[in-house]
Amino acid sequence: MKQSKIKNVVLASIAVIAIAALPSCKPKNVSTATSGDAAKKAYVAPGKYDEFYNIVSGGFSGQMSIYGLPSGRLFRVIPVFSVDPEKGYGYSEESKAMLNTSHGFVPWDDLHHISLSETDGVHDGRWAFGNANNTPRIARIDLKTFRTAEIIEIPNSAGNHSSPFITENSEYVVAGTRFSVPMSNGTTDVPINTYKENFKGTVSFINVDKESGKMGIAFQILLPGVDFDLSRAGKGKSHGWFFFSCYNSERANTLLEVNASKFDKDFIMAVNWKKAEEYVKAGKGVKKNVSYAHNTYDEKTHTANSTIEKEVIMLDPKDCPDMVYLMPCPKSPHGCDTDPTGEYIVGSGKLAAVIPVFSFTKMQEAINAKNFEGEYDGLPVLKYDAVLHGEVKKPGLGPLHTEFDANGNAYTSFFVSSEIVKWRLSDLSVLDRVPTYYSVGHLCVPGGPTKKPWGKYVIAYNKITKDRYLPTGPELTQSAQLYDISGDKMQLILDFPTIGEPHYAEAIPAELLSKNSTKIYKIEENQHPYVTKGEKEAKVERKGNEVHVYMTSIRSHFVPDNIEGVKLGDVVYFHVTNLEQDWDVPHGFAVKGANNAELLIMPGETSTLMWKPDRVGVFPFYCTDFCSALHQEMQGYIRISPANSNVPLTFSTGTNQPPIN
Amino acid sequence: MTKINGVSRVIIAISSLLIAISFFVPIWRIDLFAPQYPEGLVMKIWLDKLTGDVEVINGLNHYIGMKKISVEMFPEFEFLKYIVAAFIVYGLVIAITGSRKILFSYLVVSVICGILALYDFYQWGYDYGHNLDPNAPIKVPGMVYQPPILGHKQLLNFDAHSMPDVGGYIVIGSALICAIIWAMGLRKSKS
Repeated sequence: MKQSKIKNVVLASIAVIAIAALPSCKPKNVSTATSGDAAKKAYVAPGKYDEFYNIVSGGFSGQMSIYGLPSGRLFRVIPVFSVDPEKGYGYSEESKAMLNTSHGFVPWDDLHHISLSETDGVHDGRWAFGNANNTPRIARIDLKTFRTAEIIEIPNSAGNHSSPFITENSEYVVAGTRFSVPMSNGTTDVPINTYKENFKGTVSFINVDKESGKMGIAFQILLPGVDFDLSRAGKGKSHGWFFFSCYNSERANTLLEVNASKFDKDFIMAVNWKKAEEYVKAGKGVKKNVSYAHNTYDEKTHTANSTIEKEVIMLDPKDCPDMVYLMPCPKSPHGCDTDPTGEYIVGSGKLAAVIPVFSFTKMQEAINAKNFEGEYDGLPVLKYDAVLHGEVKKPGLGPLHTEFDANGNAYTSFFVSSEIVKWRLSDLSVLDRVPTYYSVGHLCVPGGPTKKPWGKYVIAYNKITKDRYLPTGPELTQSAQLYDISGDKMQLILDFPTIGEPHYAEAIPAELLSKNSTKIYKIEENQHPYVTKGEKEAKVERKGNEVHVYMTSIRSHFVPDNIEGVKLGDVVYFHVTNLEQDWDVPHGFAVKGANNAELLIMPGETSTLMWKPDRVGVFPFYCTDFCSALHQEMQGYIRISPANSNVPLTFSTGTNQPPIN
Repeated sequence: MTKINGVSRVIIAISSLLIAISFFVPIWRIDLFAPQYPEGLVMKIWLDKLTGDVEVINGLNHYIGMKKISVEMFPEFEFLKYIVAAFIVYGLVIAITGSRKILFSYLVVSVICGILALYDFYQWGYDYGHNLDPNAPIKVPGMVYQPPILGHKQLLNFDAHSMPDVGGYIVIGSALICAIIWAMGLRKSKS
């Protein structure tokens, strides 16, 4: 009896221990992965400002989003390559031209990468550049207004992926073809299976005006039909060079998954752009007839203007020796990142078991010694061992991108093993690794791609979110994760949801942008052709079947707010000027039944909504942005009469026009 | 009656000349703070103009039916600078003559002008705060919007602060210096 009791106690104890031990079989979860002070590190108290702006690509949303770090709070989504009805972008008459291309109006694109302008290799806080992947374009965003200031289309290109990376004085942003294509000047209607013969890649160098930021295609380089993936400018000692990763050196045009993964090594392409400039000057370039849109936004007229340009200069490396070299890089390299000194170029073969790190000094020596292992389509291929600084051994699975801090360390993302690995550039030793949730793509260290990394954090932009947030059906939020890198060990301190699918991002100290941020547009500087600079100037004009309403908005009324004499078949243009000159007082404008979006008009700005009334009746319009205590009173009516009616054109605010009998 | 001593005369001369700064800086300011305006709105009153967020303030005032504030409405802006110029000359006359009598008269005139200025300011404030448009969107029964002459006052959601600006402090300071010099001379002559 006593014995069996003891036996029972022992058995029960074993069961308890077994159950207690069970959870330890599961992998570490967030509660064990983040330590106690994480919340404090990411906490920015209400009303306090963040330390950094994080400028994040919106991926397939086509937009750029602005977050604060370390809080992860979203401040603004800047419409760039996709229409945004909320802001009237792509809908207002002024903004439509911004999305014009040689294919006409394109309402969507896929924005992958961000570059911030630099002076002497350091962030200068003037512009952010973004690439359109699908219909190749580069956009320039003004960081005073956080608006898209310019979009330039890239001819002879498809899948503009290795873009818009930037040189250390913003001399150039680049654009490389992911998809090689038949060049547009020759015959383009070719069988796809003639890829090897007819398809070519290009990289384009787009110059940026030092003062205005205005872009222009300086030259393109005609290249073999590989897939260019990512790129980085040299800096410091390697200033004057640009490095592009490329895969599909097999030149497959179908089932690339298999057919472009055959070779042991693809390439990092090194372009001596200073040399290219000399060749252009020497007239070695060939002018090619092309067609591409160049759209600029005029801040004085608040209007985008699109012109179609017809010519680019093409350099062929066959006519331009010593301009392009290839460095073999294992297994379909993706990331191609240069360290802050400009000495090291990190290639990340996404199927490779090592991370090769190339030395710029060794590359120069190998070029001088003509240490080539052969040629690829006429381009000299340097010997791998001759240009290699070394390999990071057993770093993880699926290396993609590398960012740097100011202390000689590199941070590489691993998609397959879902982690960030910190390693040292000098001896290539792995120092630390942390998991990401899940499958990280790009990384961002503030200032990471510059000569002067600001450091402090690394942000992981993840491709898979799974169980990290409350579920919202099959479509889940996209997400980023913030890690503190100020100590020896990386520490996860925050998860935050993002817009679209985030690819590359940059972060910049807040004071570099916040001090220059525009508060209002000055009404006296408004040169919009349909501006109304005061309520007395408000009017309605008929030009044939076009009716132009010169309208003002100020808290809390429109002038005019009663309009009659418009007929079915007329096209109505509401040119609305926001007369406010006070910070954060936008007005909106929407009219019932319009097959269009709203307008969102900043103080001192003029925007135009086109409306084709589809029926006879009286249509209300109102202010859509809660502007004041009497916002709900900010409304009006426009009467649409039959086409053959003789109702006179009248307009008024405050009194009836025509007067009541 | 003794003359004002040399050092004091120099001080009077300098402080009188310093008043000239008030031609180039605002003399008074009214600051307004509200939950929506944590950064504050300011109206700066110069000898001959108004600066600051006057248009914004006018935009807000239309809700309660206050008249639009504009420089043309104030005849004072036409002649204030001449009065101040007269004071500078007045001060220099004291410094040159060293007359305590003139100094005393200067102080008396200063006090009278100060009171007149404040009364004028009060009148304008009263007019603006009381004579409201009967069709104003916002009517709060019994509410008047007269700004404070000096100090602060809560007007609906706005906390209004009224105080001298740089020019005002210089003018007041200069008058105080003259008063102190006069008082010191008084003690001396008694002892």
